[in-house]
Amino acid sequence: MAILYGQITTNKPVKVISSTGNSRIVEYRLMIDIEKNRPIILDRKIHANLRAKSKRWQGTVVEIHLRGSYAQAMPKVLEYLKQTAMVNPYANIIFVDPRGRLYKFDRTVEKMPPPPKEINPHPYGVDVETLQRIIRSTTEDNMLKFMQKHFHRVGEKIARDFLRKAGIPEDRDPKSLRPEEIVDLVEKMKEYDGFLPPEADCLSPLGEDLLREGVLKELEPEFVAVHQRKPSAYSGHPFIVEVAIAYGGKVPAKDDILLYRFANKIPLVYDESGDVCWKIVRSINWRRYNLTPNMPFAIIIHVCSTKIPYKTLGKEILADQLEVSREILNGIREVARQLARYLSRKERVRRQVRRLAVFSRYLPKIARFSAELAGRKPPDISKLYQRKQVFKDFVTSNEYVDSEIFDSRRYNVVFVHVRNRHEENPASVRVLGLVNSKWEVLIPETALTSGSEIYETLRGKYEAIKIQARSLKPNKESLIDAYVDGLSQ
Amino acid sequence: MFSMGDEENLSIKKNDSSTVSAKSIVQKKLEELGMKFCEEIDRGVFPTIQMKSRSTSNIFYSPKYKQYILGDSKVTRSSRNIAHLRPFAQMVWTAYFVHELIKQKKTSTLRDVYYSAQAYDIFFKDQSESDNIITDLETVIEHPRESFNVFPEERSAVFGDLTIEYTVPGYEGRRMNLSSHPDGVMIGPALTDARFIKTSADKVIVIEKGAMFTRFVEEKVYERFNAILIHTAGQAPRSTRYFIRRLNRELGLPVYIFSDGDPWGMHIAMVIISGSANAAHLRELTTPDAKWAGVWASDIIDYKLPSEKLSEIDIKRLKELKNDPRYEDRHWQKQIDLFMKIKKKCELEAFSRYGLTHIVDKYLPERLKELGA
Repeated sequence: MAILYGQITTNKPVKVISSTGNSRIVEYRLMIDIEKNRPIILDRKIHANLRAKSKRWQGTVVEIHLRGSYAQAMPKVLEYLKQTAMVNPYANIIFVDPRGRLYKFDRTVEKMPPPPKEINPHPYGVDVETLQRIIRSTTEDNMLKFMQKHFHRVGEKIARDFLRKAGIPEDRDPKSLRPEEIVDLVEKMKEYDGFLPPEADCLSPLGEDLLREGVLKELEPEFVAVHQRKPSAYSGHPFIVEVAIAYGGKVPAKDDILLYRFANKIPLVYDESGDVCWKIVRSINWRRYNLTPNMPFAIIIHVCSTKIPYKTLGKEILADQLEVSREILNGIREVARQLARYLSRKERVRRQVRRLAVFSRYLPKIARFSAELAGRKPPDISKLYQRKQVFKDFVTSNEYVDSEIFDSRRYNVVFVHVRNRHEENPASVRVLGLVNSKWEVLIPETALTSGSEIYETLRGKYEAIKIQARSLKPNKESLIDAYVDGLSQ
Repeated sequence: MFSMGDEENLSIKKNDSSTVSAKSIVQKKLEELGMKFCEEIDRGVFPTIQMKSRSTSNIFYSPKYKQYILGDSKVTRSSRNIAHLRPFAQMVWTAYFVHELIKQKKTSTLRDVYYSAQAYDIFFKDQSESDNIITDLETVIEHPRESFNVFPEERSAVFGDLTIEYTVPGYEGRRMNLSSHPDGVMIGPALTDARFIKTSADKVIVIEKGAMFTRFVEEKVYERFNAILIHTAGQAPRSTRYFIRRLNRELGLPVYIFSDGDPWGMHIAMVIISGSANAAHLRELTTPDAKWAGVWASDIIDYKLPSEKLSEIDIKRLKELKNDPRYEDRHWQKQIDLFMKIKKKCELEAFSRYGLTHIVDKYLPERLKELGA
C-alpha cells in the first residue's frame, strides 16, 4: 500500500535491502506493474555480508519516497507510530520527520511473541479461486488424500465422512473435477458440520504480558488490565481477541472513551466511528462498572486473525462479524470488571484513610473536653488509637531496610498504609509482625509502582509491626512514606 | 393567695430548690459525664453514652403526666463507631461549654452555641445540627437546656404584680415589680432564673396575640382580675412554658389561656398544658392544670363573633387533633366536633366588633366565672 502510494505520487521505485544473516545481502529496486499486480525489477545487487559469522548484518531495509501534506497528516502519523509502539513493545522505532524532528519509541522488553506457524486453509474458509489453485498444484491423485493433505485439521475419518456426505468418490482424481463441481465442492465444504475448528497456532497474538507492557509504556496509566480471549473461529478463519483497559495516570479524561483498535498489530487510525468496536463499546452499560465515559480510561482492542473481517477495502474498520464481536464484547467486560474491582478497592482505601482521620481529629477533643469537665488532666488517648509515621521520605536502596517499629501490644486492629511517592521508580515492600519475639511476614513482598499505595488491615495480636522497603529495580531508588495506625477493642 | 403585705413568703425556699439546685444538679451531672469518659479512656475503652431514644417509635403519651414521654428504648453512642464520633465529640464539647456557662453564670442562645463552637475547632454543619446535639444533651442530663443557661431567641413578655429578685451576676439581690413597665417585661434568661418574691395576683392569664395583651394591660385586667398577664407571641417558647409552669407550681396560681378560635390556637394552648412531642424527653415544661379559656367554637355561636370559613388545611389539622391523645378530654373533643360542624374559625380580635373593651368587660368575666375562677 505504502509502496503503491509512493509510486503514484513520485513515480520513484522502492529500494529493499535484506539479509537473513548469511553471507549475502541482497538489494532490489522495484516498481509495481499496477495492471498485472506484479513487481518490475529495475535493479538487483548482491553484496557480501563481510563480517565474522556471529556479527553479520541481518534485517530488512525498505526505502520509499512519497508525497503528501505532512502538516495535515502529522498528528495521525505520530499517533500511528505511538500506537504501533504500543503493540510492539519489543521494537525500537525511530522517526525523523520532514521538519527534521526526531521521535523515538524505545523498546521496554526484549522478548517477542512466538512466530506464527504456517498452516493449510480451513475447509470453511476456502473460496473457488483458492480451491482451483490448490488443485492445479497438488500431487495427490485421489480426493481422500487430497482433503487430508491440503486442509487444516482434516484427518482420514473426517475426510471419508465429508466425501460420503458430499457424494464424491474417495478415489476421484481432484484434477478431474469440472469447474461446476469445484463450485459445488466449495458449497459442500461450507455446509458440512463435521470439520474441527481451526487451531490458533497460525496466529501471532501479543500475549497478555507484552500487551500490558506496551500499554504501560505508551499510555503510562495508573492501572492496566489485559485479557486474551481463547482462540475462536469464524467461517473457517481462526482468530484471537486481546483486550486491555488503562485507567488514570497519563490517560487523559475526555468527553468520550478513548478507544485504540488494532488488527494483527497494525493500528487502525481512520474511520473510527463506523467500526464495530465502537458499536460494542457504546452497547456496554459502563455504570455497571462504576465508570462513566468522561473518566480517564482507554480501551485497547487487538484482533488477530488469518483474515481480519474488514468492512471496507480501506482496511480501516472492522465489520460486525458475530463471532468476533462476541469475543470483543466479552473481552471488554472482563477487563472492565477488573478495573471496577481496582476502583472499588481504591475507594475502600480512601474511605479507610478518611475513617482513621476521624479518630485522630475527634478523640483528642473528646479527651480534652471530658478532662475539662472532670477538672483533671486529659487521659491518654493513645490507649485507644495511635498513628505513627514509620517511613518518612524514605529513599530505598537495593536491600531491604526496616522502618521504625510500631508497638502494637495495646491494639487489636492495625492498619498499614504504604505509599511510593517516587515519580518513576517502583519499590518492593513487605510488612512484618513480631510474634513470640520472632518476626513473621504478614504481608509478603509487594511491588509498589510509582504513585501507588497499599492499605491493609491486620487483625490479630502482634507485639510490634514494622515495614521493610527496597528498590524494585537495581539502583533505581524510590521514595516511601508509611503509616501504621493502631486501634484498641 | 399571697398578699402584698407578706414581706417574705414560703415561695422563696421552694424557689431556691427549683432553679438554683437544678443548676447544681446539672453541673454535677456534667462533671460526672466528663469523669466517666476520662476513666473509660484510662482503661483503654472507647467512651460510650446511653440515652433514651427520641425516635417517633419511642414517643408515647402518658395519661399520668398528661404529656408525651419517651419509652424505654435506648440508643448507645460510641466513640468507637466512626459514624458516632463526630456527634460524640460535639456533645462532649457542648457539655463542656454549658458547664462553663453555668460556672461563670453566663447565658447563651442556640445560635450563640452554634457560633461559639468554631472557636474550639468544633464544627457544626448548620444550627440545626448544634440544636440537635443540645437536645441530645438534654436527654442525657434529663434537664431542659434552660438549666444549662441556653435560651431560645424568641422572647415573650409578662406583666403584672409580681416582685422578682434577680440571681444573674451583677443583679444579684436586685428586685423588680413586673408591673413597672407597660409593654411588659421580656421573659429572658434573667427572668427565668429570678426568684419569685411576692405577688397579689391570684391567677395567670396567657394571651397568644400582642394586640390583645396590650389591650389587657390598657384595660387594667391585671387589677380588675388580679392577674399576671403573659404574652406568648404565637407558640410559646420553652422558657415561657417553663415560666408559666413555675408560676403555677411555685405560686400555686391557676392558669387561663386565651388563643385564636381555630386548631392552631387550640394547639398553642395545648402545648402549654401538655407539651410537645419534640420535648418528650423533658418533664419541666408543662402545666397540666392550665385551662384553655377560649376562643372556643361554641363562643363563635354564643357571642355571635365575626368568623371566617375553615380552610382545608384547618380541617386536616382538626382531624389530626381529634386523634391526638392529648385531646382526649371531653371538652376538647366537643370543641373539635363543633369547629368541624360550623366550619368556622375566629381570631381573638374578633371581639372588637362589639367595641374595644367588649372582650374585657363581658367575655373575660363570664368565661373566668364559667371556669370557676
